[in-house]
Amino acid sequence: MASQFAVIILGGGPAGYVGAIRAAQLGMSTALVEKDKLGGVCVNIGCIPTKALLHSAYIASLLGHAKEFGVEPGTVKTDYGVAMQRSRKVSDQNSKGVEFLMKKNKVTVVKGAGVLQPGRKVKVGGDVYEAKKAVLIATGSRVKGLPQIGLEINKTTVISSDEALFLEKAPASMAIIGAGAVGMEFANIFHAFGTKVTLIEALPRILPLEDAEASDTLTKSYRKRGIEVIAGAKVKKGTPRKDKVSIEVEAGGAAQTLEVATVLMAAGRAVNTENIGLAECGVQVNERGFIKVDQNLQTTAPGYYSIGDVAGPPMLAHKGMREGVYVTELLAGKKPHPIRYDNVPSVTYCHPEVASIGLTEDQCKERKLEYVPGRFPFSASGRGRGTGETEGFVKILREKKYGEILGAHIVGTPASELIHELAVARENEYTVEEIELAIHAHPTMSEAVAQAALDSLGRVIDM
Amino acid sequence: MATNVYMEALSPTMEEGRVVKWHKKDGDPVKTGETLAEIETDKAVMDLVARADGVLRQVAAPEGQTIPVGSVVAVIAAPGEAAGETPTSAAQTKPSGSGKRDTGNVATAPAPVAVATPPAVAPADATRVKASPLARRMAKEAGVDLKLVTGSGPGGRVVKKDVERAPNQAAPAAAAAPAAPLSPVSRVPLPERTGTAYEDVPLTQIRKTIAKRLVTSLGPIPHFFLTTEVDMERAAEAREALNKQLGDQGEGKVSFNDLIIKATALALAKHRACNAWFQDDHIRYWNEVHIGMAVAVEDGLITPVIRHADRKSLTEIGREARELADKARNRRLQPNEYTGATFSVSNLGMFDIDQFTAVINPPEAGIIAIGSIVQKAVVVDGHLAPGRRMRITMSCDHRVIDGATGAAFLRTLKQMLENPLAMLL
Repeated sequence: MASQFAVIILGGGPAGYVGAIRAAQLGMSTALVEKDKLGGVCVNIGCIPTKALLHSAYIASLLGHAKEFGVEPGTVKTDYGVAMQRSRKVSDQNSKGVEFLMKKNKVTVVKGAGVLQPGRKVKVGGDVYEAKKAVLIATGSRVKGLPQIGLEINKTTVISSDEALFLEKAPASMAIIGAGAVGMEFANIFHAFGTKVTLIEALPRILPLEDAEASDTLTKSYRKRGIEVIAGAKVKKGTPRKDKVSIEVEAGGAAQTLEVATVLMAAGRAVNTENIGLAECGVQVNERGFIKVDQNLQTTAPGYYSIGDVAGPPMLAHKGMREGVYVTELLAGKKPHPIRYDNVPSVTYCHPEVASIGLTEDQCKERKLEYVPGRFPFSASGRGRGTGETEGFVKILREKKYGEILGAHIVGTPASELIHELAVARENEYTVEEIELAIHAHPTMSEAVAQAALDSLGRVIDM
Repeated sequence: MATNVYMEALSPTMEEGRVVKWHKKDGDPVKTGETLAEIETDKAVMDLVARADGVLRQVAAPEGQTIPVGSVVAVIAAPGEAAGETPTSAAQTKPSGSGKRDTGNVATAPAPVAVATPPAVAPADATRVKASPLARRMAKEAGVDLKLVTGSGPGGRVVKKDVERAPNQAAPAAAAAPAAPLSPVSRVPLPERTGTAYEDVPLTQIRKTIAKRLVTSLGPIPHFFLTTEVDMERAAEAREALNKQLGDQGEGKVSFNDLIIKATALALAKHRACNAWFQDDHIRYWNEVHIGMAVAVEDGLITPVIRHADRKSLTEIGREARELADKARNRRLQPNEYTGATFSVSNLGMFDIDQFTAVINPPEAGIIAIGSIVQKAVVVDGHLAPGRRMRITMSCDHRVIDGATGAAFLRTLKQMLENPLAMLL
């Protein structure tokens, strides 16, 4: 007889493990099926280890400027291998942390590759588990290469982030294809460890989903420190050789051939929908490969839900986590707060960081919204000058009539932390005036948020 | 164990609800989430759903009855269980344990599951509306009263999309400016005429809300005023022709005032929504038309009544009007001669007043104020020509008559006076 649970979750990444904890909190017996380490891409080969490496890169860059702060560090040597080992430790700690949370919440963890079966069942090896309420599909996504132009990931000269995170030393040169969050962060990391980095983006600007002003600021910042940035570029062909790769790139009508030690593929991700029994259970995918879900995140097969990357964009850990909470609360008969997909913050942890929420200025224009941008540069911030972190700005797009915060864009060292004031504001429909009315401590980088709000009202003080 | 069924706060401002219809009868098996009854709130008709499985017992609130929020309206007994010690009185309120008023958890929509705990109730302070700052600003700009908007946010909080969808709910707030789009159709659903003198229609919850609100805004009766200019050319011609004929027969002559009373009565017969009394908890829509006629007397004013004015001929109206006016001036009016009007007319035309506003004579819902007939230059077919015009201003009690309702009546009156033959129809 099959083991029974109220809820079975396939995939132990952020969406899956958070959903499992919430389900357990709500008194539902829960099983979590994971074929690898708990925590998924995020904890093991994504968000968490890259943040550790980025901090190593940040320390290296700080030490590069230490002299002007009156600190003489001597010769600064970097060792990617050591930084990598440290990042692995951080990942392992986090993965163990998730394991601990499963125990604490009495979630049964089933190790192995799960395959869905009709009747809300999941087969793992020779065992079959049955869900009384629902099966949640949270199988996530993975990196993908570009085999059609010769750039199939061979794990030596053509790699993905999966391999980059385990390199013993930084390559001498690297072409990074794709300048979204992943490409931007690795460009930052490897440059700091001495790699000659060329960043290639197919769309007209790097960070193509962010506000154009953010892209411009990062392009300048990267070029200034010696990262080559080629946007609007088409990679025509890649030819991997024994210890190098030559790639033909066409940009602005001019073609060039680059010879690099390593190519890092950072463009696009594929969702994990293969070999998990979707078709057998009547779970359909859409034209883009994501699992089709309704507004309750239920798939085309009743009793099967989908959360996280595999359920559709944005492919972000925090979006998946919220979906895990949402679905399990729904299953417990609660009425969860609806997920506002237009209010999911987006963060790139390169230096300076880029964080945003809501609409970009171009999107406001496309939608013919009447808006007033309010800006405040960190170069005008007393705190920013003190720490030498003067790159970047806060920009708030204020709807003209009612002051609604249509969008907010932050470039700057603490952007990932500052964006949440605006996330809270937007979720609760605060206007720019409520932001400004709250007293912000001086001197802080957060003051820039209040000043940008004031600027959108034409009343900026410190500029 | 039996579970009480309470009148729930189905809207954030709801204080009481009227049972429109029971979907389940005493003894019917019910399941959690099933609709027990339709409840009219201050906003809309909503479903009251079962919070437990069992058998419906002791339905204490008959259809049509208004019950305060938090009162027991029925009991759900476990299958096979007698209702036992459970309360029966509709007036009985929640036990203190579950009846705690919690302003932080206002009127959440019913969860789609078996929850045994009673839902949250209306906030103790109904004047405080939970709304997002953005919703507040939008409402202020648009003149939307947040108290009349149902919030869909956490804990019934009014958010942006609620205000965007609010224009219909906000209609009462537009009271002070009866610039509502004119609709020739009366919006008041009236019961079928019966053989009786009048129909008493209980105040709907929204009507009550409007009444309460408007009263506090503009004196005891919330007036608003509608003015129109009437071409009196044909009325004057008709009067001349009639009087010529009457003169030959030796009868009393027809005055403009008689014409106006007759036209008003006929227009009211067509617009029953304006022929009404406001009666605290209900509106009395009259099937009969009794026109009060304001008469200035030495120490004030009195309004003798021309009964069934819509059914009387112009000469009858004229004769009665003269007799009543004489009696009024001589203070010989009997009480039954100056009470019971369903609508009034005040005419200051003889005092050379172009236009004025009259004060409503409660419980009537309206009065029209007649100015003098003035010769003036008017435009006819694009050319200036001499014309005779008269201004009519209608005062409306907004608790009964809405802008469009009053305007539709006034238009009919204007058409009758501009084409007196229409009165024969």
